[in-house]
Amino acid sequence: MTTAQRLTLFLMMAPAILWLGVLIVLPHVEILILSFSERVAPRVYQFGFGNYLEFFTEPLYWRTFARTAIMSILVTAITLVLAFPIALYIARVAQGRVKAMLLLLCLLPFWVSELVRTLGWMMLLRETGIISYMLRMTGLADQPVELLYNDGAVILGLVYGGLLFMIVPLANALESLDPSVVEAGYDLGGSRWTVLRRIVVPHAMPGIVAGSIIVFMLTVGNFATPVLLGGKNGLWFTEQIYAQFITRFNWPQGAAFGMLLLLLSSAIVWAGLRLTRQGLGTTLRQA
Amino acid sequence: MNRPPLLWKFYIAAFYIFLFAPLVAVAVFAFNASPFPSPPWRGFTLEWFTGTAAVFGKPGVLQDPIWLTTIGNSLKVALPVALLAVVIGTVNAWLLERAQFPGKTFLAMMMLWPLVIPGVVLGISILAFFSRVANTLEDWLQMDLDPLRPGLSLVVLGQLSFILSISTLIIAARLRKFDRSLEEAAFDLGASRARVLRTITLPFLRPALVGAGLVALLMSFENFNTTLMLVGSDAPLPITMYGQMREGATPAINAVSLLVMLAVGGIASLFALTSKSQS
Amino acid sequence: MASSNDLDIVRVTKQFGAHFAVNDVTFSVAPGEFFSILGPSGCGKTTLMRMIAGFENPTSGDIRIRDKSMIGVPANRRPVNMVFQSLALFPMMSVGENVAYGMTCRGVGRAEADERATRMLERVGLKGFGDRQVTALSGGQRQRVAIARCLVLEPTLVLLDEPLGALDLKLREHMKIELKQLQGTFNTTFAYITHDQSEALVMSDRIAVMNQGRFEQVGNPRELYHNPGTPFVASFVGETNRWQGAVSAGSNGAVTVRLPSGVSLHGQGQAVAGDALCFARPEAIALASDAAGLSALSNRFEGRVSAVLFDGANSSLLIDTPGFGQPVRAVLPQAGALAGINVGAPIHLGWSSDAMKVFAA
Repeated sequence: MTTAQRLTLFLMMAPAILWLGVLIVLPHVEILILSFSERVAPRVYQFGFGNYLEFFTEPLYWRTFARTAIMSILVTAITLVLAFPIALYIARVAQGRVKAMLLLLCLLPFWVSELVRTLGWMMLLRETGIISYMLRMTGLADQPVELLYNDGAVILGLVYGGLLFMIVPLANALESLDPSVVEAGYDLGGSRWTVLRRIVVPHAMPGIVAGSIIVFMLTVGNFATPVLLGGKNGLWFTEQIYAQFITRFNWPQGAAFGMLLLLLSSAIVWAGLRLTRQGLGTTLRQA
Repeated sequence: MNRPPLLWKFYIAAFYIFLFAPLVAVAVFAFNASPFPSPPWRGFTLEWFTGTAAVFGKPGVLQDPIWLTTIGNSLKVALPVALLAVVIGTVNAWLLERAQFPGKTFLAMMMLWPLVIPGVVLGISILAFFSRVANTLEDWLQMDLDPLRPGLSLVVLGQLSFILSISTLIIAARLRKFDRSLEEAAFDLGASRARVLRTITLPFLRPALVGAGLVALLMSFENFNTTLMLVGSDAPLPITMYGQMREGATPAINAVSLLVMLAVGGIASLFALTSKSQS
Repeated sequence: MASSNDLDIVRVTKQFGAHFAVNDVTFSVAPGEFFSILGPSGCGKTTLMRMIAGFENPTSGDIRIRDKSMIGVPANRRPVNMVFQSLALFPMMSVGENVAYGMTCRGVGRAEADERATRMLERVGLKGFGDRQVTALSGGQRQRVAIARCLVLEPTLVLLDEPLGALDLKLREHMKIELKQLQGTFNTTFAYITHDQSEALVMSDRIAVMNQGRFEQVGNPRELYHNPGTPFVASFVGETNRWQGAVSAGSNGAVTVRLPSGVSLHGQGQAVAGDALCFARPEAIALASDAAGLSALSNRFEGRVSAVLFDGANSSLLIDTPGFGQPVRAVLPQAGALAGINVGAPIHLGWSSDAMKVFAA
């Protein structure tokens, strides 16, 4: 390599190095260090595990953490179950224009801001909202019904937000299934159910894993949906991070929570990839 | 898989109703002549778009300085983000597809990494790091460094941290399809390196550059999690909407949402068109 | 030493690590000549071509165009233009813009460039195609645009890197003739690389056969075909029968080779002892229904037809002949009693000693 070529390469690498260094790596080093610093006196900090101990000793914190993790898994599972028939229909039954239309219609709501979608659910679900109004009009209820501010509403909103990210990888994976394999399955005496379970689902596995990982990541890291649809009962872990950082201005505690959330999210991604022996790159590209 | 069962078709229909119900609700009630965004229907009005405070005591979107400023703030963030995402994304794509250097696979992995970090974590880490940098530099230089404090400039950096991954992926995918003999042919016909870039390589990449720019624009406009942690006193649109939704809002918020939907629909169809001509 | 050649390659070597892609190659191309480099893929011909174009630098040696060394001259400053294997037409430009591209790079004004491009398109038979998109052209038309794009710059030398490779067989046959005619009308020097011996034989004034980075032989198509200098050339250029044996007697160019089966063959060559390779063209194998018809030939055998490979004028027979490991290939006569011969028929075959080349193995 000549000097000029070296210089070009160096100049071209500079933006990437700056981006990854200044916006990703160093900030994460910063919150890692921050999470291990304890306040011993005003403006005086020292190294310690206090913030993590606080997490384990204060039930609100670890319960919110566990609740977030469990509900995210639940949301991922529900999303998968709801999305599978749709993806299967788009990939294997619908043809030509109908297929393109169905896929496009799936995409449309997700180009719209998360907050607009959440606003829509709030309008539908709240006490003075559309569903409550319609229930009273049809005589199914005699007084306003509050459907907002409970776990059901939170799960509904999160599932809604995750659907697209499940349907697209699933449909892509199912697309590549050779129809003759399915026909052979029936031909060899398989029932609809066994063919689905033994042939279609295993074939869709890469899509299932990719979709589940993405939906889980998005759900765990979500903030607006649980806060707005769950209200006081939302209790999402990101809310704790926000509270520590912005409301209470206890950055070391917030940093520790941030590290824990990152750990949870990374662990699930890693486990998912290991379980099915897939690469991160290919998985993300499928999405 | 012969004839799909009726139940399945019924499910598909129900699913699409479910998918569009909230959006339709938002859109319809933007035109409701009522001070609250909820039923019953009190007649059609455009007050929530163009009205002054005369009728309902609160102004419509296009007359309300709060909404106009917040849309302006969003643009102040989205335009630089889109521009930088395209420029730096192109340089990154070149690194990934053309350059040879040790540690390239590692760098490629690192470029994907931001996509698996929760947005809130990206936000707090950048907030914490830049505060430390600002504190250190201010002590040393004895001057204020506001761009490093929460505010629109920090929001731009925070959004770039993950949008760059996406723009890099989009542009690199296009560059991978480029037949390098086109560049050699142009060079062989007497073009300088700069001319080859201007007349051959960039025109070939154009659909991807436009696409990456539009996607960056959309993602920036809609980003909430990272922005929330880095925002100062000037709030972009999602932050203002969030605030209003917590406090209870007028149908003006529906009007804003409808405008956003239309704008996003426009940008999305532009993107769909460019990606179609790309293949 | 002044040279009147358009291109002089002087002891050029290109090394990639320990591998010699091009190994000490020297040749010259005269003005107006159609020169081909023929070799199997991986023989180094593409590397050689890319060095002439300026995309690679030789490890050692000199490349001279009209007696000016090109070492250190970048590709965009060489009086050489290349037609790429993929043609590399610019998809974002119209046909006319493709042809005008090189001129605008050289600072020719827009109007003049357009006008010259239009005239060039006319000369290659694409009148009125200027505004079309290159994607809307047929394979043969794209070919002509690629060549027009080079010729319009009036280069000293046009390099062609297997430009017919992507075409289907029929069009390829047609383009061979068209390319040769084009080169004749423009009287431009062409350097053509290919792995297809038929392309090289049909079009070239001279051919260099290349193998493993070296030139095996340089000569006109007839020389290469009838007097191959090496076993590689003998087997690579044209169809041939090939037998391996040991020299049993040799003097003054006449060689006798004994095959493993004990059969003796009489041929021409410089081999005097040891293992030898014998080559005889299928068209040199004379056929007869009885031994008397072949009595003048020094190699005479009897066999049985094992296959008739009918392909019009290129039809041939495979003849199982005792003493030969593989069936002997002979041209099927187009007329006469043998034209209708069938599998299984007994047949007499023979060839003169002049028709068989013998090389030391």
